[in-house]
Amino acid sequence: MVQVESFEAKYPWITVEPSEYEWDPATFSAQVAGGTLPTLFQVPFTDIQGLIAGGQVADITDLVAELPYADAFNPNILAVTQDDAGRLYGLVTAAYGIGLHYNRALFEQAGLDPDSPPQTWEEVREAAAAIASETGVAGYAQMSQANTGGWQLTSLSYNFGGRLEDGTGDTVTSTVDNPGTRAALEFLQAMRWEDDSLGDNFLYDWGTINQAFAAGQVGMYTSGSDVYNSLVTENDIDPESYGLSVLPLSGGDAGVLAGGTVVAVKSTATPGEVDAAVKWLDHFYLAKLVDEAAAVADAQALAESGAPVGTPALPIFGEEQLAQSDAWVADYVNVPLDQMSFFKENILSQALVPEPSAHTQEMYAILDSVIQAVMTDENADIATLLQDAQSQVNALIEQS
Amino acid sequence: MTATRAQARWSRPRSVRSWVKRGGLSALVLVLPLVLVFGVFSWFPIVRAAVMSFQTTNLISDPVWVGLHNFQRVFADPLLLTAIRNTVYFTLLALVFGYPIPLILAACMNELRRAKGFYSVLAYLPVVVPPVATILLWRIFYDAGPNGAFNTILSWFGLGPWPWIQSQASAMPSLVLVATWSAAGATVIIYLAAMTSIRGELYDAADVDGASIPQKIWNVMLPQLRYVLLVTLILQLIGTFQVFMEPFLLTNGGPANSTLTVLLLIYRYAFGSGGTGDFGAATALSLMLAAFLALLSWIYLRATRSWSET
Repeated sequence: MVQVESFEAKYPWITVEPSEYEWDPATFSAQVAGGTLPTLFQVPFTDIQGLIAGGQVADITDLVAELPYADAFNPNILAVTQDDAGRLYGLVTAAYGIGLHYNRALFEQAGLDPDSPPQTWEEVREAAAAIASETGVAGYAQMSQANTGGWQLTSLSYNFGGRLEDGTGDTVTSTVDNPGTRAALEFLQAMRWEDDSLGDNFLYDWGTINQAFAAGQVGMYTSGSDVYNSLVTENDIDPESYGLSVLPLSGGDAGVLAGGTVVAVKSTATPGEVDAAVKWLDHFYLAKLVDEAAAVADAQALAESGAPVGTPALPIFGEEQLAQSDAWVADYVNVPLDQMSFFKENILSQALVPEPSAHTQEMYAILDSVIQAVMTDENADIATLLQDAQSQVNALIEQS
Repeated sequence: MTATRAQARWSRPRSVRSWVKRGGLSALVLVLPLVLVFGVFSWFPIVRAAVMSFQTTNLISDPVWVGLHNFQRVFADPLLLTAIRNTVYFTLLALVFGYPIPLILAACMNELRRAKGFYSVLAYLPVVVPPVATILLWRIFYDAGPNGAFNTILSWFGLGPWPWIQSQASAMPSLVLVATWSAAGATVIIYLAAMTSIRGELYDAADVDGASIPQKIWNVMLPQLRYVLLVTLILQLIGTFQVFMEPFLLTNGGPANSTLTVLLLIYRYAFGSGGTGDFGAATALSLMLAAFLALLSWIYLRATRSWSET
């Protein structure tokens, strides 16, 4: 690999051994215990705080401070990998916001204009009902399994102005039962039982909902804005039928959930390995965001291998830097950027809200069953479900 | 006299040398790999799990002994009762519907003169299909839309589209159907083999007494199969209490925890919450399940002692 060669030329005392790696929560602990975890590995936003709490990632604050662009980081982005004391345990290498993905072909079939996606949740509901009645497929779908249900419900709650936890650190309490989450669930309940626009299948996780969407079985759904990359490489989506817009925001406190990828160093690495890992982080992951030559080389390599280049992302350093790096790679963009223009133009003006930090994954698992209950039981009582969920999460918080 | 002669042949050798001469060393060498593999991959993890159930560990730093804290945590979990109830429900359904089916199939196949081998292969094919392929296949079958495979077949008979795994009420029975389909074949083969060993004179004697087919089944075949039936029953009970694959792959415990089983709960404790799992709670619940199944087997074997041949 070109980057490995140039890196080892620059730092002759470091050897880079690449290995195939994909974040998998089920095997992560075994890899840590067995010593087979790569020194430097990728983790989604949603899991990094759990790893920090479990002492499984190394503190790289001082090493990062030596990097030339250490002061240029967006502070909200830095906060994702910081613990309560402000120490840094990883660096964000890619960030996205949740967006509304829609199938342009289904929009046309339903008599809707694919160039003007819904701007309010009422319009989403109407569009979903139109798609369901005109084409027979689900107008809107919602993830509900493998903790993705809770993740998306959190996102939807933020859109309705709700927040799922209050306070930080030792004083945190769960506020899963809040008006925003109730409104989100009532919205889903209405679409499911009054409009029947959610189709007949409700057990979706991140991978299976992408599959269904790419196969044209789903009109709209919410997920990270970078999902297009996966839709192309794994689900063979037809680029003409893909559209991306921002999520409608309802109410004063409404915001959008941010997500992304963190690169971290395992805590069992030696100090020399940690130092080398941070240098590699700089060379391979971050240089392409701040250095024109690196950005162009990276985009060229991706384009040549058929991977998508140009999917909208959130700025890690700042809006001007993002605009500049977009300009550098403009010649290599191979995604239908004009079909994503609504997202790209409006995401930066939306308030970004981080994920809840206390027992995030366990809370998501509890919320999974809340969503599934709403979708499969016509008489589901949202108030009771949320109160139960809240007391369960608070019990978890008290235990630890 | 035969007994004493047999005793004399296998009596304890008086010295190590005579043990070696009798082939004791080669027996040891043959058995050693099995003991090693079993020890490393089966016994060591069992002992380690038992130890872990009294500790808190994240697999990196030193584990902390916490006594019965993990067991208390498991008992305090509201999902434990749900998991136990669902597992008992699955076991009962599998017992009522899944246990007789291989027997009926084997009885029918036993009557065939010529195509028995062909039907045996057909019956065993689902067992050979890899579990993940089975699940993917059934997920397509169970598509709850009007155009799903099963719903299309139902519509030919005028029956409405059923929600299958998408509804809390029908999810568990759907899983029982998958589990029965994939496991029945092995038991069919076992029953077929047992049936061929039933002496034909017993059936002839029943014919002479004027027995009808149901009477022959009830009075000749089932009593002769008694031992095999008892063994397959306890094996099925032990297996179905540990059901994991179908709920994990088809519904992941959903919808709304209606297919959450004990083993799936153990998996969630260990691997459900990102990279940091509660291995103490997972191993504690595993120990409790193992103890329960051991107790169940002991009670079962004592209760059926009078009926079995051993």
